[in-house]
Amino acid sequence: MADTVTVDARGLSCPQPVLETKKVLEKLTAGRVEVLVDTVTSRENVARFAGSRGWKVEKEERGDGFCVVLLKS
Amino acid sequence: MKGFNKLLMSRLGPAITGGVVGALASLLVFFGNPGNMGICVACFTRDIAGALGLHRAGVVQYLRPEIPGFILGSFLAAFLAKEYRPRSGSSPIVRFFLGFFAMIGALVFLGCPWRAYARLAGGDWNALAGIGGLVVGVGIGIVFLWQGFSLGKADKSPKWAGAMMPLSALALLALLFFRPLFGAEGTGPVFFSASGPGAAVAPVAIALAAGLLIGWMAQKSRFCTVGAIRDLIMLKDAHLFNGVAAFLIAAFAVNLVLGQFKPGFESQPVAHTNQLWNFLGMVLSGLAFTLAGGCPGRQFIMSGEGDGDAGIFVLGMLVGAGFAHNFSLASSPAGATSFGMTATLIGMVFCLAVGFLFRIKMD
Repeated sequence: MADTVTVDARGLSCPQPVLETKKVLEKLTAGRVEVLVDTVTSRENVARFAGSRGWKVEKEERGDGFCVVLLKS
Repeated sequence: MKGFNKLLMSRLGPAITGGVVGALASLLVFFGNPGNMGICVACFTRDIAGALGLHRAGVVQYLRPEIPGFILGSFLAAFLAKEYRPRSGSSPIVRFFLGFFAMIGALVFLGCPWRAYARLAGGDWNALAGIGGLVVGVGIGIVFLWQGFSLGKADKSPKWAGAMMPLSALALLALLFFRPLFGAEGTGPVFFSASGPGAAVAPVAIALAAGLLIGWMAQKSRFCTVGAIRDLIMLKDAHLFNGVAAFLIAAFAVNLVLGQFKPGFESQPVAHTNQLWNFLGMVLSGLAFTLAGGCPGRQFIMSGEGDGDAGIFVLGMLVGAGFAHNFSLASSPAGATSFGMTATLIGMVFCLAVGFLFRIKMD
């Protein structure tokens, strides 16, 4: 399994969590990406964006925020 | 209630919220709010600034209950869903001035993005220049975002830090209900217009209920009229734009039914026909809102869910409204003022400087 790439988008305001995710996903054709966010808004925005780009999305609570796990094989 | 919330958080959420906000914008005109101003986040904040004596334009002073309604509706929705997350620290002082200049631009045009759409739905074609300006302003903001623009990260704040804006909203409602008069000359400290747009008001209960409902729905659905344009251009994502489309359709339909649709350029309520400054005022606002991450409605909603930076932006808008009238920057139906034009250009220089200077490498 490929290494996990982590994007720490906690504390960023709209639309930066999505833009940071986009930057990473554009470099990858497959793999596992974990995006850390701290608001439900960012969680949903990142999930919707990645889903629209063909990534499988899983959402987890982590610490005070959330981790959006993006998978593509 | 759970089903309703789930629906608002679904793909349909922004469209449902936009439809309700648009319909209420037209209905509130019917109930007494000024023409094509059933809901205007900027104008209503300006009215509140006047009511608090921050400016002395006697025709635009009223404690609009819709505004505290937005904050409290959002607070309740967020708190009950455990989404209340006090946070701040993303360049708050810069956000204050973005709010300040966003308000100047909005008052040169005479409306926030919500009202721009409401004006269009009422047949005020001058709104087209404003909406064009809004799109250009958002576009400039997008260029900065592509280049890595960021005001930095916000941090978690202590639990009670997020309560400041909801408590302020309660204080505004208390002032509205008790109308204290202990200022010099037997008037004030709270002022209420006797004539003009500030005296055109929907019944308090209706206005407050509309504000609470919108605050609740917008918190759940993330309805944002600037994010709508931004995401459509930047990410080809129409999720939020559906909300704007639904707003326009609903507001237009209700206006038509109530006989409030009056197409034309001339003699539109609380509007002027100087298209260059309708356009440029909204370029400034659109840019400031994009750099701050959302339209004024969204900033109020976020301030209710504990976002201190959004709260600071809102306070910048409030102070900006005071300056706009005290310094003769706000337009009137006669048109934009030379001071307003100058302030718009200063605001643009400020926003462009912020856009250029706040770029953070995130790698």
